[in-house]
Amino acid sequence: MSKRSVIPFGPQHPVLPEPIHLDLVMEDEKVVEAIPSIGFIHRGLEKLVDKKDFNEMVYVAERICGICSLGHGLGYSEAVEHVMDIEVPSRAKYIRTILSEMSRIHSHILWLGLLADGFGFESLYMESWRLREQVLDMFEEATGGRVIFSIMKIGGIRKDISNEMLADFQKRFDKMEEELKDIAKTFLDDVAVQSRLRDVGFLTKQQAEDLGCCGPFLRASGVKRDIRSTGYEAYGELDFEPCYSEIGDSYARTEVRIKEIFQAFDLIRQAIAKIPAGEIDVPVKGFPNGEYLTRIEQPRGEAVYFVKANGSKFIDRMRVRTPTFANLAGLTETLKGCDLADVPMLVLTIDPCISCTER
Amino acid sequence: MNTEYKVVEAGHVLEEMQQLRADGYHLIQQCATRIDHGYELIYSFGRELEAQNLKITLDEDSSISSITSIFPCAFVYENEMHDLFGVDIKNIVLDYHGNLYRTAIKTPFK
Repeated sequence: MSKRSVIPFGPQHPVLPEPIHLDLVMEDEKVVEAIPSIGFIHRGLEKLVDKKDFNEMVYVAERICGICSLGHGLGYSEAVEHVMDIEVPSRAKYIRTILSEMSRIHSHILWLGLLADGFGFESLYMESWRLREQVLDMFEEATGGRVIFSIMKIGGIRKDISNEMLADFQKRFDKMEEELKDIAKTFLDDVAVQSRLRDVGFLTKQQAEDLGCCGPFLRASGVKRDIRSTGYEAYGELDFEPCYSEIGDSYARTEVRIKEIFQAFDLIRQAIAKIPAGEIDVPVKGFPNGEYLTRIEQPRGEAVYFVKANGSKFIDRMRVRTPTFANLAGLTETLKGCDLADVPMLVLTIDPCISCTER
Repeated sequence: MNTEYKVVEAGHVLEEMQQLRADGYHLIQQCATRIDHGYELIYSFGRELEAQNLKITLDEDSSISSITSIFPCAFVYENEMHDLFGVDIKNIVLDYHGNLYRTAIKTPFK
């Protein structure tokens, strides 16, 4: 009988820029069980509703994470807008959608770079991040920020993006799309890359559903569920189908994210072609009173925002359920049966964002 | 516009979970909100793009059964509710006993 041992993995590890810990129960070189631990840097940002009013909480929401900041600002604003019955102007919805897709592009390319770094392909990592930098430049031109954008507000957005700037972005995205094809080819066709990604970390469709997974991690296991299909913001006026794969291994997760980057280019193209002229915000009168739970599709998956308000300027409760938090149970399942050497790569394939999780 | 909830008694939560599971729902999230003398728990479930939300009111001194026997992934949410709010949840399959979050003070959201 094989000897069982427990190997601690993290919270500090070369492939993990953020702290998460796994107790890996091993039989020789195989993982038989993984028990996750988080909470090393929990910040309790949700509790700041006691000190920041419902408008200021947009800034707090954005600061949950440096990669997903736009989505957090958007999700929180949407929840409050539902409570207050605010109809956001159409132009603001389109700009929110364009920025959300730009966020998806830079997040997925960041992940591709980290993945390449994880399996030791340094030049691919550098090339991915060089490309990502172009999206951050565009964010800076449009919003003034590269990480925290502060463009979301209850009732719309703070700053318009001119049609000339959008046209310029379109040209740059067209060029970027061509450059991305080369990187994508390496990720999907290179033998060395495939040797690390193919046939490891399987998660079946049933397991992904049962374990409440979300985002590309879920769709790579054959579930065609994408919260953008509910049509929030301008997504209802754009033509797209969720990207998915039936395979369910690490390669499938990479493939789905790469497809989603190209899809994001297409969605931006469609949105720029359809964006109407008009106002970018509406005046917000009074204070929120009621409660609403909304969902959006962040780059890492479905994020849930809950707001409970009491009619004063301070809301009672703000709750954010981040995609990584939902994917922890799925991660432990993918690790079962894998080699110890594959653990870092498999943790990476859920695109963990511990900053979001430790909100 | 407010979210619509189905109100469920704490004692009937497992029956409700079994029905949701049989109807093909998956768990989206669970969360707690502090109210006078207790907690409001919101459990959200999804099927395709549809979502259903349940609300359970719990007295401060009462406990509620874990749903991890029906939705195993609930362990993260239930440990979170316990560690941040002090909600007493019985029979969590993977119970961290207050150690999921290493906060400076116990149950900081209570």
